[in-house]
Amino acid sequence: MAHFEKANSIGEWLDQRLAVETLKRVLQTEYWIPKNINFLWAMGMVLAATFGILLVSGIFLLMYYQPNVNSAFDSVNYTIMSEVGYGWLWRHIHGVGASIVFLIIYIHMFTGIYYGSYKKGRELIWLSGMGLYVAFSAEAFSGYMLPWGQMSYWAGMVITNLFSGGSLHADGLVEWIRGDYVPGQAFLNRFFMLHVLLIPLAIIGLIVLHFGTLRIPHVNNQDGEEIDFDEAAKLYKEGKVKESKVIPFSPVFLSKDVLVMGVYFILFFYLVFYHFEFAMDPVNFDPANGLKTPTHIYPEWYFLWSYEVLRPFSTNIGLIAFAIAQVIFFLLPFLDKSPNVAPASRRGLFKFWFWAMLIDMLVLTFMGKLPPEGIWSVIGLVAALVFFALWIALPIITAKEKKL
Amino acid sequence: MKELKIFGIVAIFTLVLYWGVEPFAHSQMHKHVEGEHLAYSDLKETPKGDATKGEALASACIGCHSINVKNMPAPMDAVASAAAYGVNPPDLSFAGAMLDEKFFAHFLLNPAEVTKSKHFAMPPSAGSIQDAADIVAYFKSIAPKEISPKEGFEFACGRCHANRYAKWTQIGTVPKTKANITTGVDLDALEFKKNLGMYQNALAKYMGKLPPDLSIIIRSRSEHFLETLIENPQSQLPGTAMPRVGLNKEGMEKVMTYLEETGDPSKPLREDIGWKVILFFIIFTILAYLWKKSMWKGHH
Repeated sequence: MAHFEKANSIGEWLDQRLAVETLKRVLQTEYWIPKNINFLWAMGMVLAATFGILLVSGIFLLMYYQPNVNSAFDSVNYTIMSEVGYGWLWRHIHGVGASIVFLIIYIHMFTGIYYGSYKKGRELIWLSGMGLYVAFSAEAFSGYMLPWGQMSYWAGMVITNLFSGGSLHADGLVEWIRGDYVPGQAFLNRFFMLHVLLIPLAIIGLIVLHFGTLRIPHVNNQDGEEIDFDEAAKLYKEGKVKESKVIPFSPVFLSKDVLVMGVYFILFFYLVFYHFEFAMDPVNFDPANGLKTPTHIYPEWYFLWSYEVLRPFSTNIGLIAFAIAQVIFFLLPFLDKSPNVAPASRRGLFKFWFWAMLIDMLVLTFMGKLPPEGIWSVIGLVAALVFFALWIALPIITAKEKKL
Repeated sequence: MKELKIFGIVAIFTLVLYWGVEPFAHSQMHKHVEGEHLAYSDLKETPKGDATKGEALASACIGCHSINVKNMPAPMDAVASAAAYGVNPPDLSFAGAMLDEKFFAHFLLNPAEVTKSKHFAMPPSAGSIQDAADIVAYFKSIAPKEISPKEGFEFACGRCHANRYAKWTQIGTVPKTKANITTGVDLDALEFKKNLGMYQNALAKYMGKLPPDLSIIIRSRSEHFLETLIENPQSQLPGTAMPRVGLNKEGMEKVMTYLEETGDPSKPLREDIGWKVILFFIIFTILAYLWKKSMWKGHH
């Protein structure tokens, strides 16, 4: 056993056993962040805070939710909404949080794309982030099943049907996923398990990995400048904070994060109390009924763009397109052939690529919710084709990009 | 300044996104029914009624209906009525206060046509428009001044629609019963369930299906949808068996208040604490700004 001296304080006692001083230095006071950043760099902490809120509100909901096809709907809409003190508040926080977390994820992603934060050593940051995106998507979908309303049931039906693979007719796979011919008790139970245990575990693991991948390449900055972090840190520690290009994560960077979080929470709680309808679809306030298909079945807004990539094509092509759309963003660091790490505005054609992609995904999102009729399906088809054309164009235009 | 510009771009894209997936999408998905603010403009104006004459004519009503404010009971209970007519006829105490005068008079002349319901159980019940107006005047004269939202709901909706979150069934509020302490059997509850089941079977046969429970209808349909549906069910659900019930403004208010109280009970508390939480975060943000300012001092 190691030799221990008598400690003179609790801090020292902990330091001897856990090296808390070293941890604090490594994770906070000497974890260096570039100074040249804007508020978009706070989105990571905003996401972490939102995940925390989802976790806590979820734990409260879990104490009253009943994963049973006969009682799930009423346990949410009656027990939690009107019998449990402030149950409605936890549910609204959870519902709004689940929707808003995707808004922040998309802002976070497009920030990364705009500033080229997935390139030159930062590939794993992007890949682990995309892993988080997929895990959050699975978490959102499984959670959407739990109130067992009409949209839960029919979205569950439609999405699990995708696994039949069109002409492959893999109906056995669909039944295996559902545990039944149609969504029922087995289906609800397994999605409950996924939502409250397996996927949250995966998310927590991925968050740790995502933070870990940042460590060596460091956070990008507004100009994509390559910084000598050792030298900058040395300057900072010498007290030349003005000359140094870096700041410590805590407390300097954190103070800005907290400010951004404050603004974010004002908006967040405004939505929770006064404008939550967007996150809680009215159709899901009708109990699940396998004999009555809703007039319009559509996913939540954050899945609409990929839903619209699927919809305008025939079944098989649509499924292939959908599968590609799900994974194509993973390939971004490898399809972008440019040597430059710089904001899109300085990168020639990539600048147009960025805004075209953003607007195209917005158009896909709009069309994904509208009934696929007339002009809407034409616009949807064009937007889906543009989506793939942009991905095909990406390696070509970035390969031609001049080195800055 | 640069940060504000970036924030502006993010905010604009977010608002456009919201507009596209919420107001715009919903305006395209649901047909808009204008409604006519309970004018019932398809019906002609009616003459002025005489309550005294109406009282004599209304004596025919108690062959099927109760008038509780006058201590006149119904000839049959709810279950027997449903077996006979398909649905329990309403107590008429509140009819004069809840129903539109013009609608009520025309309804007495020709219930099936005025309710736009193909097989309405009630037969034509007034000889002339003047008789009908007299009966309406009588029911207006006996209606109590104060009607609770619950009473309004029971009269207008509650004999076809349950509201399980408010423990309301088509045959009344679920009674408090006691189980036998040694066996756990609750015969009174079972009896009630059996009666309810018999009533619901008769009702489903009459309406074509069991009308939906309205516990949280206020959250699954918009207020506008519900108001235009109640005003004229055919406008929102063509072919529906639901009759036009002819509520007046006060009647509609009672029903909507009740639906909101049972379906969205947290609304008063939400509005009361919402601004306090927001105020907390405004103060939090001001303090965070001051902290950030002091932390970044000398950094630029």
